[in-house]
Amino acid sequence: MDALPPSADRGGPAQPLLRLDGLVKHFPLKGGLLGRTQAVVRAVDGVGFDVRKGETLGIVGESGCGKSTTARLLMRLLDPDSGTMVFDGEAVGGNAQSGGLPLRAYRRQVQMVFQDSYASLNPRLPIEDSVAFAPKVHGLGNAEAVRRARDMLAAVGLAPANFARRYPHELSGGQRQRVNIARALALRPRLVILDEPVSALDKSVEAQVLNLLVDLKEEFGLTYVFISHDLNVVQYISDRVLVMYLGEVTEIGPVERIYERPAHPYTAALLASRPSMDPSNRRTAPPLTGDPPNPVNPPSGCRFRTRCPHAEAVCAERKPIMADLGVGHAAACHIANPGSGHSLAEKVAA
Amino acid sequence: MSLVKLRDLRVTFRTRDRTVHAVNGVDLDLAAGETLCILGESGSGKSVTLRALMRLLPRFAEVQGTVEVAGQDVTRMSESALTDLRGRDVAMIFQEPMTAMDPVFTIGQQIAETVRRHERVSRADAEARALELLELVQIPSAKRRLAAYPHELSGGLRQRAMIAVALACRPKLLLADEPTTALDATVQIQVLLLLRELQQRFNMGVIFVTHDLGVAGEIADRVAVMYAGRVVEEGPVSGLMSGPLHPYAQGLLGATVHPGMRGKRLTTIPGAPPALDKEPTACAFAPRCDRAHEPCLADVPSLREPVAGRRARCVLVPDQTAWCVSEALSPAP
Repeated sequence: MDALPPSADRGGPAQPLLRLDGLVKHFPLKGGLLGRTQAVVRAVDGVGFDVRKGETLGIVGESGCGKSTTARLLMRLLDPDSGTMVFDGEAVGGNAQSGGLPLRAYRRQVQMVFQDSYASLNPRLPIEDSVAFAPKVHGLGNAEAVRRARDMLAAVGLAPANFARRYPHELSGGQRQRVNIARALALRPRLVILDEPVSALDKSVEAQVLNLLVDLKEEFGLTYVFISHDLNVVQYISDRVLVMYLGEVTEIGPVERIYERPAHPYTAALLASRPSMDPSNRRTAPPLTGDPPNPVNPPSGCRFRTRCPHAEAVCAERKPIMADLGVGHAAACHIANPGSGHSLAEKVAA
Repeated sequence: MSLVKLRDLRVTFRTRDRTVHAVNGVDLDLAAGETLCILGESGSGKSVTLRALMRLLPRFAEVQGTVEVAGQDVTRMSESALTDLRGRDVAMIFQEPMTAMDPVFTIGQQIAETVRRHERVSRADAEARALELLELVQIPSAKRRLAAYPHELSGGLRQRAMIAVALACRPKLLLADEPTTALDATVQIQVLLLLRELQQRFNMGVIFVTHDLGVAGEIADRVAVMYAGRVVEEGPVSGLMSGPLHPYAQGLLGATVHPGMRGKRLTTIPGAPPALDKEPTACAFAPRCDRAHEPCLADVPSLREPVAGRRARCVLVPDQTAWCVSEALSPAP
């Protein structure tokens, strides 16, 4: 009998594994003599999306767009100021009286891998003990938990006989990231949140870890949320892509649509900013000027308007709504929304 | 005359605990007005090579070999001659402008300081020059930004300000150590294009260290690929991108995710780079190479020129002509 088995599916394949609605997280900036709140960082400002069962959802955006805060909200390492999270039909964070899914049960099904492979492992524990820790917390006996840890280390390509008793500092960056993946999978989760899991790795090692992630997804029937600033990696691994800018979702859709026919000017600019791999066809002009603005005081209306080549008066006046473009593709831009009052919107509709 | 001439550069770090052979015999040349990218992974010796050009290595580093910059032997220079050289003939920009700049002086003061250190000009002239430089690197509202401290600028502007400091005395050689790695995608391309424009305008020689093939594709004339402290392949950027010769360079290109690879399995290089506690006595890449055989382990392969203008350090790459190149590229039997 398998102690601590993977959790069963509840709502069937059509029900989203995770549904977020109106998620808000603001961080107060305190200062002055009395430590009063002087300003608010609107890190995540009304974010809503679904994570479908079995998919890999890529989240891209620049620094300060709220992608890592979103990851921490998904994992409930941070509590949202408002908004709802529903995991396979159950509200996250309930208790016995109110119904819903208690956090402890939620975290058994949702695990996370961080960018910094060293900081996220206990330097004083052999890696086997780090991987076995969570199964023990969730009630597995000592011997059983160690056996589970060794199985997981083998699954990520670290032969337990050689590696189980090693400490994190005895491993390379790629090997440590494999340990983090093994630890995340030790509870047999259904959803794994990968926050820049390959960004700190060298290219030759990055490819090894990406191949491993693809294999493990298949083997354990996982769903991934894959956060990265590397557009090529996101294109490689994702089924759907979500683009964030200054704490908001600007565009979401199937990966081919987003990369071939981006509807939001920001997505188009991000894609055009990728260095070309062809020296005879170099970029001649940067698609955008300036840096992303500070999320403390985001621009009114559309937050991208200060850098947008198509900005008009309407963009400052009204916040664009998510325009549905079919096939699950949606973009928060007045141009994509006929009747918004933007001069380019009618052309798109025609 | 070449602007930079490195011959058999060796750098060894010796501390009480361990010895690291970071650079193990690097030969490189750079012509005036040329952009060379040194491409490599962490620990390949690319940054150490760059720092050796300005003698910016710690005291416990043992440097051997010839390091000539603009006709002067850097290894034998006195400290005062070095400080004359640094900033005037050679300047460097770094990955992290926040730690490379002085947090307690304004951007304007830091540029003016560099100008006044090397040229006999008045304070007012130096300040005027600082303003010109900020406009040159396309910092908006340059006049106001002269009085700004580094922490008051965004990441992209800070990097531009560091470029302005580096260009203050119109150096002949600019050394760039991953200057765009910490920047966001939309900002990285701006800074790359700016550097390319300035390089052409002032006809500077540039050595640009990066781990990113895409960055090399945007900016380099020539690329030198480093592995375990040695150059394993060197040649024009177009050749490397379209048909790398060395198995490591081939693996690196195959392992770099680019558009159009979706659904395909990524080619990987198994294993990890060697620890450099001892200087490699054979091909350092052999343990990870699927085509390694006896000659690879006999000695360090020499850096040959199998194709005109291109060099590779691998016994497997046959000499000369185009069909040989395609042969070398074909997968292992």
